[in-house]
Amino acid sequence: MSIQKVQNNKAWLMVLPVLILVAISAIIPLMTVVNYSVQDTFGGNEFFWVGTEWFQEVLASERFHNALLRTLLFSGLILTIEIPLGILIALAMPKRGWGVSVCLVLMALPLLIPWNVVGTIWQVFGRVDIGLLGHSLASLGIDYNYTQNNLDAWLTLILMDVWHWTSLVVLLCYSGLVSIPEVFYQAARIDGASRWAIFRFIQLPKIKRVLLIAVLLRFMDSFMIYTEPFVVTGGGPGNITTFLSIDLVQMAVGQFDLGPAAAMSLIYFLIILLVCWVFYTVMTSYDNDEQSNGGGAQ
Amino acid sequence: MASIQLQALAHRYPSAPDYALRSMQQTWSDGGAYALLGPSGCGKTTLLNIISGLLRPSEGRVLFDDIDVTDLTTEQRNIAQVFQFPVVYDTMTVAENLAFPLHNRGIVKNEIEKRVADALQMLDLQDRANDRARSLTADDKQKISLGRGLVRTDVQAILFDEPLTVIDPHLKWQLRTELKKIHQRFQHTMIYVTHDQTEALTFAEQVIVMYEGAVVQIGTPQQLFETPEHTFVGRFIGSPGMNVLSCEVDGSDAVFAGKRFPLNQTVDASASRFELGIRPEHIKLSAGDGMPLTVTALEDVGRHVIVRGEIEGAAVSALVKDGVAIPQNPHVSFDSAHINLYADDYRVGSGRGD
Repeated sequence: MSIQKVQNNKAWLMVLPVLILVAISAIIPLMTVVNYSVQDTFGGNEFFWVGTEWFQEVLASERFHNALLRTLLFSGLILTIEIPLGILIALAMPKRGWGVSVCLVLMALPLLIPWNVVGTIWQVFGRVDIGLLGHSLASLGIDYNYTQNNLDAWLTLILMDVWHWTSLVVLLCYSGLVSIPEVFYQAARIDGASRWAIFRFIQLPKIKRVLLIAVLLRFMDSFMIYTEPFVVTGGGPGNITTFLSIDLVQMAVGQFDLGPAAAMSLIYFLIILLVCWVFYTVMTSYDNDEQSNGGGAQ
Repeated sequence: MASIQLQALAHRYPSAPDYALRSMQQTWSDGGAYALLGPSGCGKTTLLNIISGLLRPSEGRVLFDDIDVTDLTTEQRNIAQVFQFPVVYDTMTVAENLAFPLHNRGIVKNEIEKRVADALQMLDLQDRANDRARSLTADDKQKISLGRGLVRTDVQAILFDEPLTVIDPHLKWQLRTELKKIHQRFQHTMIYVTHDQTEALTFAEQVIVMYEGAVVQIGTPQQLFETPEHTFVGRFIGSPGMNVLSCEVDGSDAVFAGKRFPLNQTVDASASRFELGIRPEHIKLSAGDGMPLTVTALEDVGRHVIVRGEIEGAAVSALVKDGVAIPQNPHVSFDSAHINLYADDYRVGSGRGD
């Protein structure tokens, strides 16, 4: 006797609401963008098919290259600073006692502040005339001005992002660290392991997964950063802090170049997708490695 | 390797109202295989962590070979310990795991390779030397934990904290046998914490039974079985445990259910409570000889049938060989050579005859 699998197409009705929701929230807007990216319009409602012309134009333009490089550099710097710093802070946080909740609340605070408020805070904070940071530096004789000096603008943005988002890395790492059973540390003491060896062979491998999530989130967020630099520097001085997102908005809303802007946003989207895919592959290959219980020669 | 002395050792965790370990005085000889046996929460692990130096006792001293190590760290004491849950370093291979404690102690490369090869062979893990440690099964991981102690040839003692808890039953037996072999070969001082009496009795030469933070008896498995020094030992060791029956003492006789059991010595009657201890193995069932037993349950456990019943309200268990008929209205008689008398839970004198 074979087991009859019950077929019931009514199940499709159950997933229909979700499909509609996703269609409205993601697929239809995305298709609109695709639509713009392959056509040209001269106002009114007239469209002309241009094929991949916009894509070629964007990919060949120096403006896009520069914005992409700036964004990559920004993300790179953010990751190099925030990930090690986050791990260090998480390692230094107390594991028990009243200090835990104090630290957790302090860490969570920057994460609760809306992006544009963070931007405004730092915009004022860094001003030479009234800002605490800007004025203090000026009175120390340091020539700091983020509206005129390229390096100062970058430093301000990076400092702001580190202040805003390192907490996320800290909290993720901390959650990984507290879940390591005490017995691992005891075994390490028995084995005579140094502090560095404990970090290298126990803590780091155990927080690897949350660390990958932290890297992924911080990469995506910093690669898409818009609001804070828009509020603080507005992309300047000159174009020095014009990241992809700011450039995109300038192109789409400022210049109303819908075609190139649509093409650019699709390229932008594909870059993020590509990087996410790389992270995903790294993460799942780690999992597969874990599950391959059979082993065999490595 | 070393002998271990505990002098007036006691421990109370900060903020705990009561002692986790009550004051004890112990000397464990060099090269011995000891088991710390007791129920969960009796202080076994606390005692083990004090010996290994993971915990500092609140009172008393710990001595290795007459040298006071109470204030020394785990590293300085040179102890190996295997924990309940296998600890392996995930990112390392099996061989690297075994080499880790040697690397940390700055031992030269040739020597490390030699000792790791020895340990791999001893643990039967040669084929897996270059596998990632995290890909192994629980019992192989536990072997690695043990191996990290074995590569250190100069350890003072190897401590085991319920090491077979997460191991499959059929592998437990195998690992236990390997442990015994290793002990016979190297004569390490080994201390093995467990709440499983089979494990303790098969592993150890001397079993230390703990109860509520105190050592209640130290003895060979046979001693624990035949002359439990404390009613807890009687109940805990054996399956089913010893019958502990409330009784009276009248002159040189113990009186239970109206029957007199002569004692060979006069007993100090000042104790508040007397109890008779008799193992189910030493109770005989017959049709009409002895005290009447009201049977409440029969449990067939294979080679034996456990007869559970009551004599004047006191619960009594007896063992009957499989295949032997149980009489309709059974009466029981106690083999008086194997009766122990307990005053306030502690045994009085030795076994008595008629």
